[in-house]
Amino acid sequence: MISRRNAALLGSAALALLSRPVFCAVPGVDAALGQLPPDAKAAAAARTLAPYFVPAGKGAKAPDADGFLQRWLLLEPINKPNRTNTVFTGTYVHNTLTTEYFAGQFTVVPHSGDRVKAGDQELAWHALDATGFDAKLFNFAYGLNKPTYGVIFWAVTLVSSPHEMKNVRLAVGSNSASMWWLNGQDVVDLFNDRRMVMDDVVSRPLTLKQGSNVLRGAVINGPGLSDFCVRFIDASGKPIKEIRTALE
Amino acid sequence: MELPTRIAALALALLGVCLPHPAAALEGEPYIHDPSTVAYENGKYYVFGTGSGGLISDDGGWTWHGGAVRPGGGVAPDIIKIGDLFWVSYAAGGGGMSGGHASNVHVMWTKTLDPKSADFGFHDDTVVASSNGIEDADAIDPAFLYTQDHLWISYGTYFGFTRILELDPRTGKALPGSKPVDAAIDMEATDLIFRDGWYYLLGTHGTCCDGANSTYNIRVGRSRKPTGPYVDKMGIPLLKGGGTLVVAASGRHIGPGHFGRLVLGEDVEKFSCHYEADLDRGARSVLDIRPLLWKDGWPVGGDNFPPGTYEIQSQRSGGALELGVDFVRMAGGRGGFGAGRNAPGPVVPVPNQQLSQVQPDWPAGNIEIRLDDYMVRPSQQWTITPVANVGGYLGQPFFRITIAGTERALAITPDGQLVATPAHDGSPEQLWQIDQLTDGTYRIQPKVMADPNAPVVLTAIGSSTPALARFRPGSDASRWNFRTP
Repeated sequence: MISRRNAALLGSAALALLSRPVFCAVPGVDAALGQLPPDAKAAAAARTLAPYFVPAGKGAKAPDADGFLQRWLLLEPINKPNRTNTVFTGTYVHNTLTTEYFAGQFTVVPHSGDRVKAGDQELAWHALDATGFDAKLFNFAYGLNKPTYGVIFWAVTLVSSPHEMKNVRLAVGSNSASMWWLNGQDVVDLFNDRRMVMDDVVSRPLTLKQGSNVLRGAVINGPGLSDFCVRFIDASGKPIKEIRTALE
Repeated sequence: MELPTRIAALALALLGVCLPHPAAALEGEPYIHDPSTVAYENGKYYVFGTGSGGLISDDGGWTWHGGAVRPGGGVAPDIIKIGDLFWVSYAAGGGGMSGGHASNVHVMWTKTLDPKSADFGFHDDTVVASSNGIEDADAIDPAFLYTQDHLWISYGTYFGFTRILELDPRTGKALPGSKPVDAAIDMEATDLIFRDGWYYLLGTHGTCCDGANSTYNIRVGRSRKPTGPYVDKMGIPLLKGGGTLVVAASGRHIGPGHFGRLVLGEDVEKFSCHYEADLDRGARSVLDIRPLLWKDGWPVGGDNFPPGTYEIQSQRSGGALELGVDFVRMAGGRGGFGAGRNAPGPVVPVPNQQLSQVQPDWPAGNIEIRLDDYMVRPSQQWTITPVANVGGYLGQPFFRITIAGTERALAITPDGQLVATPAHDGSPEQLWQIDQLTDGTYRIQPKVMADPNAPVVLTAIGSSTPALARFRPGSDASRWNFRTP
């Protein structure tokens, strides 16, 4: 029913009454709609990455049963305020996500605990295994007590292939927009105000070289939840499961 | 309505004046956001929306005005009738309003939806589901399903999981031991359907509340169990973001959401929704009611009938509805065997037969109606026009059906026979209801019937004979297609 990601304020009187996007309160309206405070106990509970992440295990990790990659290095969110996700046009996303916010952004394969300087923020990388098919970025940020809205997330993993694989495709879903690079090449872009759906945008045919391949992604989000799901698929759309992910 | 206005409206009706916006979503003031399922009681239709109150239609579902009363405020209610009671759910809180996702789903009951009735009053307002404001869920947008003596409620929004919970149909409270089950992600304004052994979870993807820029669209997945797993037509789980499209933006209507199913009988289903923006109404949020089709076991949003000029083709015989007048041969050479290969002279286009070439010879009075091979003749082409100020039915105004370019109107006689009258006079006997059926064909029904308790529809009782007869679900005799001439 009510908005969401979209905090842009609205034209008609009816909708102005009805849409209480995420940032502002209008006296009387929230009361009419029955605004509730969060449950005190839940709000006071210690924040944690559970149940959506656990610390990354040692060595290489197989994809899940559907081929989704679950082992990631995730950077704490970079502040990039946006009151609405409808601004995520191709031009905006491309310009924003190809801007360098920290040194080595497009080349580094970080280690867990490494810290970077992004503007006035000092941010840490976290080596994590997603417990589900998707990496829940909102929960990652919330669990670390970091900003959840108006942010950019960076993710890196190393995809190990037992042999050269031609004609594979990278299939990505993300909330909201994102860009993905394989071995330094921009291979998948997801623009506009997106919700996550598996295999949403699929790359052109790619080649995974034998050994280690660097997969890097950046996800931008205004208000609302944020997550991504990534897998490689073959020419018939079936998941590629013989690859492994590792973080070094 | 003041008297001069009423007189003017009557005059317009008598003249059969077209509606200014024939494709508009409903008539009146159908302004609403997050509408409930449409409910019927004693000749009126009711729908509740976010905030307090809702809309009422007392002309069969075409014209809507404010007047429905619902306590509790909150957002996105739903209605279901079980036995003699109407159960109403709504949510208080959540929705991202002021950044919050703490919310409660309430359920209450009333004996009547008519606020003027002595029996009107909501009782036993009970919280059946909640979200704590921290978890990945938002307990808003509730929707009921009652089937096989089980009552289910789905709820949720873009913020995390959409959930399904079983309620006790006798108390409206959560069934003891029933726990909410995650059924989808990022899918709000859900609705549940049970049909032919499948449970369908419909919901809205995209963003609401941004007028003409709202990206709302209605999607569906299905499961053999009410609690899932639900997958879309491609097999993508709704828990992984899947959802097959049911209704998207079209024409002047942007951002459909908040699906509600209406079963009007075998083969006749409709759905209600709101559009985030009706561009013909200042991009305000409005209610609409449209046909619901089923293809290969999946729901598909149909379109309300578009006015225009058509061949009316019987699904039974393929014959075209036509005036019972003499067939008039066209000038057009003599193809015959050999297809005129040896005919002398140049090859030139042959114009269609024109109305002016045949109309003078048509009888002056009533003309019988029949079915015959479609020959693209003027006596076979019908103009379907919505008529203002004569009421309507769920989602549409009544139509007049006239031979294109003339006032000869399809009508019923006092003894229930089908004729074409010489002129359209706006009388109820010349008004028609056209409903798209679940298979995409159409049912054509007169507004006036000899026995309202035994409704009749246009029926091909023979290959070449149309008449008014009881609707035969599943039979091609009662089904019609509208083809561009």
